[in-house]
Amino acid sequence: MSAVQTPSPAQDDTRRRGPLAEVLFSLLRSRTFLVGIAIVLFWVVCALFGEHFVPYDPLADDIINALAPPSREHWFGTDQIGRDVFSRVIVGSRDILTVAPLATLLATVAGTALGLLTGYFRGLVDDVVSRILEAFMAIPVVIVALLAIVALGTSKTTVIVVIGLSFAPIIARTVRSAVLAERELDYVAAAQLRHENALHTMFVEILPNVIPPILVETTVRLGYAIFAVATLSFMGFGIQPPSPDWGLSISSNYGMIGGGFWWTVLFDALAIASLVIGVNLAADGVHGAFND
Amino acid sequence: MTEPAKARNALELSDLSVAYRVGGRNRAVLRNLSLTIGQGEAYGLVGESGCGKSTAALAVVRYLPRNGSISGGAIALDGQDVMKLDAEALRRARAESVSMVYQDPGKALNPSIRIGRQLTEIFELAGVSGQAATDRSIAMLNRVRISDPPSVMQRYPHQLSGGMQQRVAIAMALANDPSMLILDEPTTGLDATVEAEVLDLIAQLRQELSASILFISHNLAVVSNMCDRVGVLYAGMLVEEGPTDVVFNDPRHPYTVALLRCLPRGGQRKDQGRLDTIPGFLPGIGTVIKGCAFADRCALATDRCRTELPPLYDLTDERGRRLSRCHYHDQAQALPRATPADVATAPKPATAPVLRVAGLNKTYASHGYPLRAVKDVSLDLRPGETLGLVGESGSGKTTFARLLLGLVPPDAGGTIELEGKALAPKLENRGDDQVKAMQIVFQNPDSALNRSHSIRHILGRALKRLAGLSGKAREARLDDLVRSVRLTDRHLAVKPRQLSGGLKQRVAIARAFAGDPRIVVCDEPTSALDVSVQAAILNLLADLQSKEDVSYIFISHDLGVVRYLSDKIAVLYLGRIMEIGPSEAVFSGPHHPYTEALLSAVPKLDQTETARIRLDGEIPSAVNPPSGCVFHTRCPRKIGPICEQQEPPLAEAQPGHSIRCHIPYAELARLQKAAVAEPA
Repeated sequence: MSAVQTPSPAQDDTRRRGPLAEVLFSLLRSRTFLVGIAIVLFWVVCALFGEHFVPYDPLADDIINALAPPSREHWFGTDQIGRDVFSRVIVGSRDILTVAPLATLLATVAGTALGLLTGYFRGLVDDVVSRILEAFMAIPVVIVALLAIVALGTSKTTVIVVIGLSFAPIIARTVRSAVLAERELDYVAAAQLRHENALHTMFVEILPNVIPPILVETTVRLGYAIFAVATLSFMGFGIQPPSPDWGLSISSNYGMIGGGFWWTVLFDALAIASLVIGVNLAADGVHGAFND
Repeated sequence: MTEPAKARNALELSDLSVAYRVGGRNRAVLRNLSLTIGQGEAYGLVGESGCGKSTAALAVVRYLPRNGSISGGAIALDGQDVMKLDAEALRRARAESVSMVYQDPGKALNPSIRIGRQLTEIFELAGVSGQAATDRSIAMLNRVRISDPPSVMQRYPHQLSGGMQQRVAIAMALANDPSMLILDEPTTGLDATVEAEVLDLIAQLRQELSASILFISHNLAVVSNMCDRVGVLYAGMLVEEGPTDVVFNDPRHPYTVALLRCLPRGGQRKDQGRLDTIPGFLPGIGTVIKGCAFADRCALATDRCRTELPPLYDLTDERGRRLSRCHYHDQAQALPRATPADVATAPKPATAPVLRVAGLNKTYASHGYPLRAVKDVSLDLRPGETLGLVGESGSGKTTFARLLLGLVPPDAGGTIELEGKALAPKLENRGDDQVKAMQIVFQNPDSALNRSHSIRHILGRALKRLAGLSGKAREARLDDLVRSVRLTDRHLAVKPRQLSGGLKQRVAIARAFAGDPRIVVCDEPTSALDVSVQAAILNLLADLQSKEDVSYIFISHDLGVVRYLSDKIAVLYLGRIMEIGPSEAVFSGPHHPYTEALLSAVPKLDQTETARIRLDGEIPSAVNPPSGCVFHTRCPRKIGPICEQQEPPLAEAQPGHSIRCHIPYAELARLQKAAVAEPA
């Protein structure tokens, strides 16, 4: 073994960006993502600091000015007891932006664990767990929510748990299919040839490689979670009055649209729509960045 | 040879430059490439991957990827300037006068459309319709030697084997009787036997058709058999050109010389010397090159080479017109070796086998029917010895390797013994010592190395689990390990994707050697690599073997490579050993008719035209293997009904050399002496 010649890394090594940097770079060039994330960030700022910059206290009633149409004093008008709709819409982002992301996080963590388990072990484990998850997916969220509320009482925690657990099987399915593909790769066989245990193989070897589909699925689910939170509070299962909340506000005011008091509902509805669209645009961008 | 003045040339590239826009900068890929292909001529373009071969082909039909652009020069197809064609004329040219066949026929055919429809479509575009188009399609399939075209027309691409798919792709390419046929690595993914058939077909078609051929391949032997003239491309530049046999037998550019030396030739073996390698790397695309592009890797380079771009020296002599882009073309063959040939080999003392396999079977269930992937395999392997496993794809080579490793449990009954102790069928029931004693180097390092982990993590983890090391001891051993596969510390911090194919394979080898294994299975470890890199990896494996006294089970479809590294060869067909014996005995014969056919299929650089044996059709399905001798359906030396009725035993013909054939050994010797001159 004389005259050892040492190869060096291909010269362009240093020029290449890491995979993460590459994804970030392509995200920042995606107009879809930028528009989406701008909308989302707008609402995040409202949720965090809205209380401090809104013109009125969202809870303060003013019966004399009840149901005033949009004007210079009240940009979005006032509701039946004279609360400022603009302030309520801005601050109303607070609960939905805590509940929906936490529910999505729960769904992602539970779904990833289940997906890794079923995709890695396949066979009987997969058959049993997957059938149970499918059965679970067949039950409408609303019914699960009703049952949970009867059992646990109405609270934000209940909403988070209900939505989180209803979405977990969907994420589990995505993760499972990604894991099934990874499992066929030789590095998994190499791990087995080191007598690695299943947990190591699943979480250290496979998990990092299925992060991209998980991230994409999570952002998509976030959009649905926002919608689900709004729906549940519309139905009275989520955030309780007098907290300002879009779904709740629509539900308590929509009876009055017939009377011409459109402003009590329209702006809340637009807020929900814009947040869902923003998250979906961002999700699209993330999907594109990982699949280029 | 064609005189350029005589007729219009089929293809003329003059000073063609192509650049790809990467990271906001135009990077040169082809640099002033000029070449001429005469009417009816076959021109081979060779070079390592990244040289710009495929780019040249795509540029001819102006079909470059979106970020590619032709930055200078001219392309003339049949005297017609391709650069000046408008969209419609370009479409017509692509439809009528030039056709391409790509490397992977599975991807070139539309998976959801029947073969017949894909073929008739081409004729319909040319204005032939209905029954006439069908008839012509059938005629075309006949022409590419497909038996029973009407039934093939009814099938979908996935129902055809790789060889059949490539024939269909060739039929499609020839449908409009193009004047120019571009073949881009047309046989690279195919088995040697199928490759031989497809190459024969192309050679025959050349005589029937008038088409000129641009043949792109990294396989020098294939090009030497198929082409009249050859051009060697390096970093987007033509470095040498001339008649094929002259260039390959009397190369005048150091790059060509070095490429040819990387191949194990003439039955070279590991104990007779190391293969030569090419140091360094191909310049990255877009590198500004002053002087000779190859200077950095050339041991002959002088200051003149580094500063002054060599012109294409005209070396035309009575053997034909030839060019070389080297200032010192007359000294090219004096290129010193980059890797010394000498090896220190001590004769191995006869010792007890490290591995003993007896009666190993593996049966899969395929739609309720048993599929016998490995049938009754018995063999043994001594320390420091290499067993080469050869056979077409589907012969059970990889399954056998996976059975040994315990990745797949064998059927009950067979035994695997490692150093005298029986191994549990399942990996999880084997002891840690047994697991670390048998490791594998996979074919594809991209799949074998976890892309999320750094090289340090990958090797560190292997050392922890296989060698039981941690802390300082592990760091020290990691250093040794990295150096033993000729990587450096700099490689440790990066992820696999930042390394080239050869470097990745070195990491995979280091991982396999982390726990001082007794046996390493090498499953086609070099098939994805360029020849210069392949040579370095083969040398590395040979060096590690002589140092560590490890045994290899070496799987490869490249018989030259197998011969270089193996002490013993087992030839597999439908999961059965057809022949097993010392490497030299198996290669020099007399051998099993299947081995004979495999050897005959290998394209050879040393063009001694031997009587060629071609296998008809494909390897039969293992679900329903032929009766008697499983090879009888394709055997060119079948002797009679006995072959169909009785399975021959694996009989020892010579000490250690066994053949599964009804033909007696002496008779085989007589038959093959007449036919085979000199195997690869």
